[in-house]
Amino acid sequence: MTQLALIIDLNVCVGCHACVTSCKEWNTSGSAGFMTDENPYGKDPTGTFFNRVQTYEIGEFPSTETLHFPKSCLHCEDPPCVPVCPTGASYKRKEDGIVLVDYDKCIGCRYCSWACPYGAREIDEKQKVMKKCTLCVDRIYDEELPESERKPACVLACPTNARLFGDVHDSESEVSSTIREEGGYQLMPEWGTKPANHYLPRRKTRMHIHEDELQRADNPLKKEERGPRAPVDAPTLDDSTSW
Amino acid sequence: MHPAFSVIFLTTLIGAGQGLFLALITGQSYSALKLLPSQDSTDFYGMGAVIVLLLLIGGLIASFFHLGHPERAWRSAAMWRTSWLSREVIALPTLMGLVFVYGVMQFMGWDTVLFTSAAGANLQLTMIVGIVGALATFALFLCTGMIYACLKFLQEWHSPLTVINYTLLGTASGFILATAFANHNAPELMNFFGIWAIIITLAAFITRAASLMRNSRIKAKSTMQTALGVRHNKIQQKAMGFMGGSVNTRDFFNHASVLMMRNMKWIFIVLAFIIPLITLWYGMSQADTSWLLAAFLIQYVGLIAERWFFFAQANHPQNLYYQTV
Repeated sequence: MTQLALIIDLNVCVGCHACVTSCKEWNTSGSAGFMTDENPYGKDPTGTFFNRVQTYEIGEFPSTETLHFPKSCLHCEDPPCVPVCPTGASYKRKEDGIVLVDYDKCIGCRYCSWACPYGAREIDEKQKVMKKCTLCVDRIYDEELPESERKPACVLACPTNARLFGDVHDSESEVSSTIREEGGYQLMPEWGTKPANHYLPRRKTRMHIHEDELQRADNPLKKEERGPRAPVDAPTLDDSTSW
Repeated sequence: MHPAFSVIFLTTLIGAGQGLFLALITGQSYSALKLLPSQDSTDFYGMGAVIVLLLLIGGLIASFFHLGHPERAWRSAAMWRTSWLSREVIALPTLMGLVFVYGVMQFMGWDTVLFTSAAGANLQLTMIVGIVGALATFALFLCTGMIYACLKFLQEWHSPLTVINYTLLGTASGFILATAFANHNAPELMNFFGIWAIIITLAAFITRAASLMRNSRIKAKSTMQTALGVRHNKIQQKAMGFMGGSVNTRDFFNHASVLMMRNMKWIFIVLAFIIPLITLWYGMSQADTSWLLAAFLIQYVGLIAERWFFFAQANHPQNLYYQTV
């Protein structure tokens, strides 16, 4: 079975929002119709987005750390939003595990957004249907595109390569080995939703210098000193011996 | 959660309708067993069914205001295997159909006696429809309550008390309405419904108080640490990624002050339980329909406050991600 997912590396995300804007650009131009924007250039702009980047401060001054946190639908393996949908508009695809909404069946009752603990679903307030990340389902299978571009728009846009895309059920895939080797984790594991998207933690490179590394017991300087020499006016071996 | 008035009116109106229908069937089964004087089928059971139907229709209309695409509402019966909302969508029209059939049978007098026991108790045709309707009423209460109780991460709702409260509060409301209605159309049944109304209102008060106590000591399972996956006691949001708000900030927060939350709790305790009980008792002692009707209306206002509080109190874990602009 295939389960497509995103791996988001919090260690390299710089919070530039390129994934947000590229996501909106691609998905607002798609066959599913525009993504509403209210007052885009006015006061209190608001609208539908599939992806958001949030910023958190960890710790207390002076030992603080900034965390940029991209957040979108996690395409849970056990999605709580799907069984609650009364019309079947919300579904999880068997072939690749993407959780999708059929905009023609959705009645806009918002129940699925209540059932998502991550707040990943946003109702489009003009079209009155529930919207969410599609993993760019209209892009990743498009054979008109060169193979290197058959990835979600956010993945292609990321300047620091903080977003990886692939099949997390294939243990040999790049994403699976990254999760294994870089400590990939899931959000809110307490609800048993088994999110397919994983996050990679902040990983700090630290240099550990021990005391004895600064002050070595066998200081080489002592050895490299000039050896003992006889005084200059003392007779040499040549003076006393005939060879 | 943000309390949506469409849902508040839906649940309170159909609750009162369901309660009134249960009251009618209770009265009818008592008179079938010769424990109460039998009533006129048109004036009492027929007219009662009309009021039930009007309340249910009112609730159904209110529910449409919650939908983005009400014209597609018919689709929502499809997923009854998994969705409690879908089950409710089936249960509500089923009950409305049964109440309609029950009312028509009462008005037309299609009420043959199917069976008479040795003691002289009659099993009438309308009684069968009524009992099926009562089962549908309980099924609808279960569906309505489970819509909220099945969402496990809304910890304030994820409890059997949610279903019990929806059932008891709706039934209490319906029985108080039945008392007022009986005083007008069948005075000899007024005390019967009135006493049941007091008992059910007191029971509802106990279970609602139990859920208030349960909710006041809930410990949230999700924290900033699990939401972000960062092990640090001090995490502060600096930006939620937008400035003008979104569905996430509008739909999931109650936008109520602490003062309003605190007051609303006492408002609904007073309006849904204490004043209606006093008014009901006084109305029963005076046999005054307007006092009894006032008890129902005051309690209805109290139930709106109760439902508002029910929604406002639920704390959705997604709110962890939306704390500062």
